[in-house]
Amino acid sequence: METIYILWLRQIKKYLRSKSRIIGSLGQPVLFMLALGYGLGPIFAKAGQGNYLEFLVPGIICMSIVFTAIFSGLEIIWDRQFGFLKEMLVAPVSRLEIMVGRSLGGATVASIQGLIVLALSFLIGFRIGNLWHLLVAIIFMFMISLLFTLLGTGIACLLKDYNAFQLIVNFLIMPLVFLSGAFFPLDDLPKIFLKVISFNPLTYGVDALRGTLSGLGHFALWNDFSILFIIIIVFTFISSYLFSKIEA
Amino acid sequence: MIKVEKLIKKFKNFTAVNNVSFDVKAGEILAFLGPNGAGKTTTIKMLTTILQPTSGKILLNGFDPSHEQDKARHSFGIVFQDASLDEDLTAYENMYIHAVLYDIPSRQRKKRIQNLLEFVELLDRKEELVKNFSGGMKRRLEIAKGLLHHPKILFLDEPTQGLDPQTRNHIWQYIKKMNQEEKMTVFFTTHYIEEADKIADRVIVVDNGKIISVGTPEEIKKQTNKKNLEEAFISLTGREIRDEKPEGNMPVRMRVRRR
Repeated sequence: METIYILWLRQIKKYLRSKSRIIGSLGQPVLFMLALGYGLGPIFAKAGQGNYLEFLVPGIICMSIVFTAIFSGLEIIWDRQFGFLKEMLVAPVSRLEIMVGRSLGGATVASIQGLIVLALSFLIGFRIGNLWHLLVAIIFMFMISLLFTLLGTGIACLLKDYNAFQLIVNFLIMPLVFLSGAFFPLDDLPKIFLKVISFNPLTYGVDALRGTLSGLGHFALWNDFSILFIIIIVFTFISSYLFSKIEA
Repeated sequence: MIKVEKLIKKFKNFTAVNNVSFDVKAGEILAFLGPNGAGKTTTIKMLTTILQPTSGKILLNGFDPSHEQDKARHSFGIVFQDASLDEDLTAYENMYIHAVLYDIPSRQRKKRIQNLLEFVELLDRKEELVKNFSGGMKRRLEIAKGLLHHPKILFLDEPTQGLDPQTRNHIWQYIKKMNQEEKMTVFFTTHYIEEADKIADRVIVVDNGKIISVGTPEEIKKQTNKKNLEEAFISLTGREIRDEKPEGNMPVRMRVRRR
């Protein structure tokens, strides 16, 4: 248990010490919020869909969570390069504990990043119903963070150099974000398109967050929750297996 | 304490360790010597569960490191040849994580860490980030970390490279003391052959993945008819200078070539 805690704490400390990383990674979501929010807002309203910002903010939060979470897998590759991976791998603790500690750390960091984006959205007029909604939203943010941290970890276990990781992840993140309904409503979409979107785990994360923060969910909340939960379990097994197989 | 039989490790078309067998008795200090690329580090990696052998058998304190990994890991400690520190953390934090990973009782942690940091003369810089340390300081921290828990077997892969003679002496004295007081088995590699001459009970010389000589330092000197171990070593392994061959730990270069 303490192993999990200390490796979690390690991630948090490293995150809090890298101020430039925190600020740098906020640039993109802020840009998306301003450009899309103000740019597409009037059209959205004209189409009778209401306030676009209210619709968009949960999507942007998810986007920044996905970026941070998947890239926390990259830290395994850094640890390999700087040697700390060996330190963990020869220690008399189970690989599962290491994997869980790291993933919870990465997921916490991604959740914090999501919360910062949420706080920033308040500056441009986003509001949430009440504190209870915020609490549920945090739970969902953590689930999304954990899911994609596990995905990033799994990918990092398969690769040894970080250029390859970046290449694959960039290939993955864009479709994940754009085919999730982060930016547009899922009503009245072409059937095939909707089918593709329904296979994307992020779709349910975005939907859950939108349901709690803005009350604009497409699916039922318990539906989103169970799907996210099942995928997290599956990814935990896959990533643990891959992590148990890596050699330093 | 360590038993190795017909150990082989192949990387694609290159055999790093080629049919190696040896025994290390409990409480013994063994020097594992060889030129660059002889297969020393690869052997240590297999002994310490981070590489799977291609074939052959290893027993470490009675456990097989490739199948009973957790039990084997409880039996040893290791100081790596290259870095194994988290540079974004402080010296103290690195030591503390190690203490937790090796299950050192929480009451003893602080004291042991303080003592060892004092021993390697880093106590006054314990709150500094490791990335600001010099090469020698990192090396010293690396050793302090390896000595934090008291394992049955201690592996040291070129522990003293880049350190001045004073520090090297200091550290070997400490290791010798641990060996005598706690009957700790020590398995080390070094390029400072005089260290092996002074410290080791027995020496194994490897080259090109094969064992070419085994014995006490005296026996090896006699075998080769040389006055000191360094000359004996050179006469056994030749004068030619070797390149380090890429092992599993040089991923970037290997990837680039594959593309």
